[in-house]
Amino acid sequence: MRYLLLIYTQETNELPPPEVQQVEHAKYAQFTADVKRRGLFRAGEALAPTTTATTVRVVDGDTVATDGPFAETKEALGGFYLIEARDLDEAIEVAARIPAAAYGSVEVRPIWELPPEYAMAEAEAAAAGA
Amino acid sequence: MTEDRAHRVVDQLFREEQGRAVATLIRVLGDFDLAEEAVQDAFITALETWPERGIPDNPGAWITTTARNRAIDRLRRRKVLAEKQAILERHAAIEEELAAIDPAAAAEGADPMSPIVDDRLRLIFTCCHPALAMDARVALTLRTLGGLSTPEIARAFLVPEATLAQRLVRAKRKIRDAGIPYRVPDDHALPERLDGVLRVLYLVFNEGYDASAGEHLIRGELASEAIRLGRVLASLMPDEPEVLGLLALMLLHDARRAARTSAAGDLVLLEDQDRTRWDRARIDEGAALLDRAMRMRRVGPYQIQAAIAALHDDAATTDETDWPQIAALYRVLGDMVPSPVVELNRAVAIAMADGPTAGLQIVEAVAAGGHLESYPYLHAARADLLRRLDRRSEAVEAYRRALELTANEPERAFLERRISELTAATR
Repeated sequence: MRYLLLIYTQETNELPPPEVQQVEHAKYAQFTADVKRRGLFRAGEALAPTTTATTVRVVDGDTVATDGPFAETKEALGGFYLIEARDLDEAIEVAARIPAAAYGSVEVRPIWELPPEYAMAEAEAAAAGA
Repeated sequence: MTEDRAHRVVDQLFREEQGRAVATLIRVLGDFDLAEEAVQDAFITALETWPERGIPDNPGAWITTTARNRAIDRLRRRKVLAEKQAILERHAAIEEELAAIDPAAAAEGADPMSPIVDDRLRLIFTCCHPALAMDARVALTLRTLGGLSTPEIARAFLVPEATLAQRLVRAKRKIRDAGIPYRVPDDHALPERLDGVLRVLYLVFNEGYDASAGEHLIRGELASEAIRLGRVLASLMPDEPEVLGLLALMLLHDARRAARTSAAGDLVLLEDQDRTRWDRARIDEGAALLDRAMRMRRVGPYQIQAAIAALHDDAATTDETDWPQIAALYRVLGDMVPSPVVELNRAVAIAMADGPTAGLQIVEAVAAGGHLESYPYLHAARADLLRRLDRRSEAVEAYRRALELTANEPERAFLERRISELTAATR
């Protein structure tokens, strides 16, 4: 099964000092290399802070882009991994190794595998567009 | 054979065997509902055929075989409706696996020496998975492994049947959609996960032993069910001292069940219980289990609590109870799992060993911590010590506070009795 591991951490206004960042990067590099070696890694990225985020809605046909979202909660989505795990237990085990799990939290969400009908529809749409 | 006898046998068998049969089918089918339906079909068939043909030699194996055949029937019926190749292939694979089930082996329970793990052990870890809400874990465990019906569980936990049914549906859906596995956790996760399983069983036991609300102090069927599941777990994991410790703890408490309420259903305190009514067989069984657990030299909170219960069960009267030893065990327990409730219990033991003043000092410290403000037993314990120190008006006030927080009828009646005794005495 595929799982999306969503990493939530407290956002700070300033970047931590370089030596702290270095340690953090080394930990993530280690974690990412481990998951790749185990063949579980599918994708993973860090996200720029929520101050750079834009929310888009279409209201009555008009595109409305606004600053934000301004998170009400203290923790914000800061990055993600997409992994392939045999079951939830393995996904939890991997999630617990993400460095941020020790000071933030990781939400484990199974990927909803859409029915074959969807793949058909997508193929048809692609063919129609070609 | 009479129809009555067949019914009784099927009833008892249902309690004992349905969990095993359901567990085996869930492993193969990966589908709770289909497994439950097939096993129910099998029991219905048993009710229809056994009165005429007699009870088979190995009824458990018969149930598993019949349930397996019913599951195959149901799958075939679904197959007619399904046209997708992928589904057909998956069905074929499941049918092959179903055919490979060895009903006799499934019914015997796996040999502990064999690498084949009993299906019920896998299932209990699934049902008690930490990714499920606690109330869902409890309901699912009782439903699939315990063989309690949805209305029975709803009644036991005082929730509407529809609510409980919904809870079960959601839990099963999460197991399927989130990929909660049917397997015993890997070694690195086992201690923590086993702890979660024990917590579910202990919660069920406590709800049965000390109902948090309702007219009856003890809802025996829940306590019995927790003990039954505890026995199953102890037979499947005989080398886990805390599993044995929990079973011992439940047996040592449950031994006092008959003496805990009067004929009128009123609460009888430990010090006033007729100890000849305690179940000696249960006490002996619990003590032997505790002994076995302690010899493994991996002590844990359930073993300590069982040791405390054993000290109570050993004493002929409250006065002869080894209170200093009990207080010492509560200290060990508090070091393992720091909790104001444990400290409160220690205070009560200290009061018995060294007098109410010493106990009250600790109770006041616990109360000052503020965590137990809405815990009725804090106020009841404080009230009792104040009463023994003859500080009546303070005692009455504390009993009243406890009464406000108590929903269990026999306990309320007890507190009201105490209040009226004290107010009558002051007049």
